[in-house]
Amino acid sequence: MPTVAVENLSKTFRVADKQPGLAGTLRHFVNRRHRLIDAVKDVSFTIEPGEVVGFLGPNGAGKTTTLKMLTGLIHPTAGSVRVLDQVPFKRKPDLLRQITLVMGQKQQMIWDLPPIESLRINAAVYGVPDSEAKRRIDELADLLSISDELTRPVRKLSLGERMKCELMAALLHHPKVLFLDEPTLGLDVNAQTAVRNFLRDYNRQHGASILLTSHYMADITALCDRVVMIHKGGLIYDGSLSGVVQRFAPFREVKVELGHEFDHATISRYGEVESIDGRVARLLVKRDGLTAAVNRLLAELDVTDLTVTDPPIEEVIGRVFDMDADDLSSGGPAREAAAR
Amino acid sequence: MTRYLNAIRIFWSASISAEMEYRANFLMATLSSVMTLAGTMFMLYLFYRTGYELGGWPWRDALVVVGVFTFLEGMQSTFMTPNRTRVTEHVREGTLDFVLLKPIDSQFWLSVRTISPWGIPNILLGLGVVVYAALTRDRLPGILDLLPAAATLIFAVLMLYSLGYLLSTFSIWYVKLYNITMAMQTLVETGRYPITAYPAAYQVFFTFVLPVAFMTTVPAQFITGQGTAGWLLGAALVAAVLLILSIAFWRFALRYYTSASS
Repeated sequence: MPTVAVENLSKTFRVADKQPGLAGTLRHFVNRRHRLIDAVKDVSFTIEPGEVVGFLGPNGAGKTTTLKMLTGLIHPTAGSVRVLDQVPFKRKPDLLRQITLVMGQKQQMIWDLPPIESLRINAAVYGVPDSEAKRRIDELADLLSISDELTRPVRKLSLGERMKCELMAALLHHPKVLFLDEPTLGLDVNAQTAVRNFLRDYNRQHGASILLTSHYMADITALCDRVVMIHKGGLIYDGSLSGVVQRFAPFREVKVELGHEFDHATISRYGEVESIDGRVARLLVKRDGLTAAVNRLLAELDVTDLTVTDPPIEEVIGRVFDMDADDLSSGGPAREAAAR
Repeated sequence: MTRYLNAIRIFWSASISAEMEYRANFLMATLSSVMTLAGTMFMLYLFYRTGYELGGWPWRDALVVVGVFTFLEGMQSTFMTPNRTRVTEHVREGTLDFVLLKPIDSQFWLSVRTISPWGIPNILLGLGVVVYAALTRDRLPGILDLLPAAATLIFAVLMLYSLGYLLSTFSIWYVKLYNITMAMQTLVETGRYPITAYPAAYQVFFTFVLPVAFMTTVPAQFITGQGTAGWLLGAALVAAVLLILSIAFWRFALRYYTSASS
């Protein structure tokens, strides 16, 4: 049984449309026009126990809306969601005790009190006995190296320290399913690494499933083997992280240095020329013709150096998100990448 | 059940420790309570000085109403107002999400999450005035007066709570409901004097539309030995209906909650 099963999930919001300026404001007040926005359209995927899945999409793609439907905070317009074989929107205490939601831009810590007070409140609410709560707090604090900060008022803590406390509060009840919405937002590189390592350890220790959204690709590459991508509300990719490059950029970059000067025509026989800089050329070569192209290069030209690399994942994903959803099915990203 | 009680214990000890940081505040709260109470009593005295009896209530009995009112005001500012303000904050900041994801009833959490000890002087002063007025009357209240009196006081607190919760539930739709506390304050204000002191039409309004009469006048009636079974039953009924209404309305509102966008 999958931990999370999402089938044909859709959410339509009714939003008020307001024209700018005073006239628009008055019209908005008297006769409000509404229009429907498809925040999530027909999305299906599953997450297996212990799996860490990256949930990618540009701003406004529908990631947060999906997470809210998965945690039962909002009701889907159509389709079904099951988490641990329960319907999240019913918010049964039994399910709530096994899931958690961390939101990078919202915090549950009480501002004027030290984090330890908020942690004690969560322990009481989740029914974790005092001695066990203390043990877990010590353990989590140790992993996140934040023991000293727990007795200082939250308002005196740095953003990174607060996020670590948020994670403690969210994981104190040892949930089996973690929904993380931008958990590293605004953190410095060290804090990001600490949070990443912590999440990886938690996943291994507790066999928990994690669905993670982040704008930092480093979070995704460090934690997730699999990614689910949505764009304009619709699912555009579900598969391995390395497959993203295959699917959206079926090209590799060949950087070749020759022992002599050459012109554009000579080198363009082997692939699409990206740039020529002195004796160094960068070519984009289709994956399936890569071996042949490299062989021909080595046989026919005086090659002094040659490297083959994938285009960087950030760039591939960035290009995908720049495109219209319609282009994605017609192999658009490949053309885009090739035209680079 | 024990989990809920345990939660209350931790909620309240956390909020008190946060508020106790400000010792001067306690002095100010006490001073303000004493001044307000003195003002109310002086106003009342102005009526009675000339021999006029407000709504047919003698001086001591009217004082009991003032005492009950002050007590309720204290209960409101200790237990209800701070939580009501938070509901609006939670909706505006989107942190209601965290509350809804706790394996505990959300209305329970939002109703008992915090307390503010600044209403305690009012609670004590109110009770003090009631006891003083009751003891200096010609007829001392018996146990048969005090039991229903205590019951109607509990009903009064429940009514006040339910009305307040009903109002703050509206913040799910109208996020900017900062003045909800003011609205409740004004509403209860009318309970400062015996209900019969108001013109008949107002009496009907304050009894059947906004049950202010049940909150202060009815408990005072029992303390002064003038209560009837009908009023007791009525108070119980109104309290039950309002409480059920507040629960039902909250559940209804949650279906509309889509949480602040992020």
